[in-house]
Amino acid sequence: MAHHVNIERRRQAIYGWLLLSPAAILLTTFAFYPSLATLWSSLFSRGTRRRPSEFVGTENYTDLFADPTFWKVVTNNLIYAGATIPISIAIALGMALWANSKIPARGFVRTAYFTPTVLPMIAAANLWLFFYTPGLGVLDQIGSLFGLPSVNWLGQPETALWAVIVVTIWKEAGFFMIFYLAALQTIPEDLKEAADIEGASRWTYTRRIVLPLLMPTTLFIMVNALINSVKLIDHLFILTKGGPNDASKLILYYIWEMAFAFFDAPHAAAMTIMVLVVLGIVAGIKFTILDKRTHYQ
Amino acid sequence: MKALSRHIEAFGALLLAVIWISPLLFAFWAAFHSTSDAVNFNITAPWTLDNFRIAWAGAPWLQYFLNTFLLVTVILVGQFIVTTLAGFAFAQVRFPGRDIVFILVLMQLFILPEVLIVENYAMVSRLGLFDSILGVGMPYMASAFGIFLMRQAFKGVPIELHEAARVEGCGWFGILWRVYVPLARPTYLAYALVSVSTHWNNFLWPLIVTNSPDTRPLTVGLSIFGAPENGVDISVISAATMMSVAPLLVAFLVFQRQFVQAFLRAGIK
Repeated sequence: MAHHVNIERRRQAIYGWLLLSPAAILLTTFAFYPSLATLWSSLFSRGTRRRPSEFVGTENYTDLFADPTFWKVVTNNLIYAGATIPISIAIALGMALWANSKIPARGFVRTAYFTPTVLPMIAAANLWLFFYTPGLGVLDQIGSLFGLPSVNWLGQPETALWAVIVVTIWKEAGFFMIFYLAALQTIPEDLKEAADIEGASRWTYTRRIVLPLLMPTTLFIMVNALINSVKLIDHLFILTKGGPNDASKLILYYIWEMAFAFFDAPHAAAMTIMVLVVLGIVAGIKFTILDKRTHYQ
Repeated sequence: MKALSRHIEAFGALLLAVIWISPLLFAFWAAFHSTSDAVNFNITAPWTLDNFRIAWAGAPWLQYFLNTFLLVTVILVGQFIVTTLAGFAFAQVRFPGRDIVFILVLMQLFILPEVLIVENYAMVSRLGLFDSILGVGMPYMASAFGIFLMRQAFKGVPIELHEAARVEGCGWFGILWRVYVPLARPTYLAYALVSVSTHWNNFLWPLIVTNSPDTRPLTVGLSIFGAPENGVDISVISAATMMSVAPLLVAFLVFQRQFVQAFLRAGIK
């Protein structure tokens, strides 16, 4: 009998690993091995024809720390995250509350909010180009109605990053809205009735009952928005190319530029490792603290 | 007073909706008008298809469409196979090391393929897949997110059905194919919609891995077409943009409910 159980167990193990093998091979090839290879190559110098690549330890990292462009890009990305995360979450919440209440043309309103989500970032950038172009663009035309001077939104360092931020918020707010919408629909009706009986205003009801109940959704969206603030850079290729003067350059764009425009893979690798460490910390926080309540099961 | 605030709110909601959709509407309108009419907001200007003619002649769009179509298909088929097998292993097969491997898989949710562009590019070149559709698609096939989704779907299948199929003489593969896959159909549909719209829109990785019109997807083609060096004007760019988003946008407007449901199902936990 024990022998039989043993065979069954071994059979299960073989099946399990066989079923997993395609995923395991692909994940190793395109996620785990590249992560380690990136770490490894970040410790070597860039090989040239005359001087082959050699082990330099943390030199690539110290180079980056001494590079003002690197700090500029990091600051930009922090501003990018600091602006897009709270603003798009706030707008998403507002959208969801409105799209969930009884208003006229609700179908149109929901569609309008959500549509940017299905557009490619490249297409979104092209649409916004039409808004930002100095002189001819929609924003300038509206401005000129009020006698405001023409502004080169994408061409001056003070506004370029913000122009990029606006497009990102426009793109992701509608996506986050649907998670709030779904959460709102799970709030039982009796809570609203009870609040009405107690004479609570709609504002009080929203602030004291709805918002706390939406907290897990907010945390979930926040993690997504954080990842997006690393990942969503496609529109830079169309709108600013990181310029003017690196004013709108973000980390992932800089990694791309370093590796594929300057052919400096070791420094690109060092930056990649830093991004992975930050993402790892986010993952750690998510899996340990946030998932204590919302268990995967 | 209460009625008034309701009206103000409805007005706010509508205003925001109009603002939100306006970039798309402007581009749509501009695509059908001459550049000078478009930039002067000449509302009464005649409609024209010239921009589409110019845009269509300016790049091999048909090839780009075909490439994008092939790309999303290759990725989806690969993802279905890989995530079904792995999801089933994690949900219904007991074997040592399963939980540790599952945590490793979840880690990939945070090791974004976008971040590993340098090494993945080297890997794809080494495998001889540079400038091929398979090369663009491969890194996305073992999606941790998909594996997780399938595991959740398979865990919801009642064990009685599994047992019944086994008593009837079904093997492992038969049980998976006849019991689990059909029951998880809504999850497959949701995952397919999310996957197709993600990869229809993906840009950075295809930009790096493709190098010729024969493999380039729409997004990359569009970015090259619209590059300022080419000196294309705004109406023509709008026309090209409209052209490349049209299939997905129309599909979204027709199947809106399914799309939203899909994103929700895919997003919640």
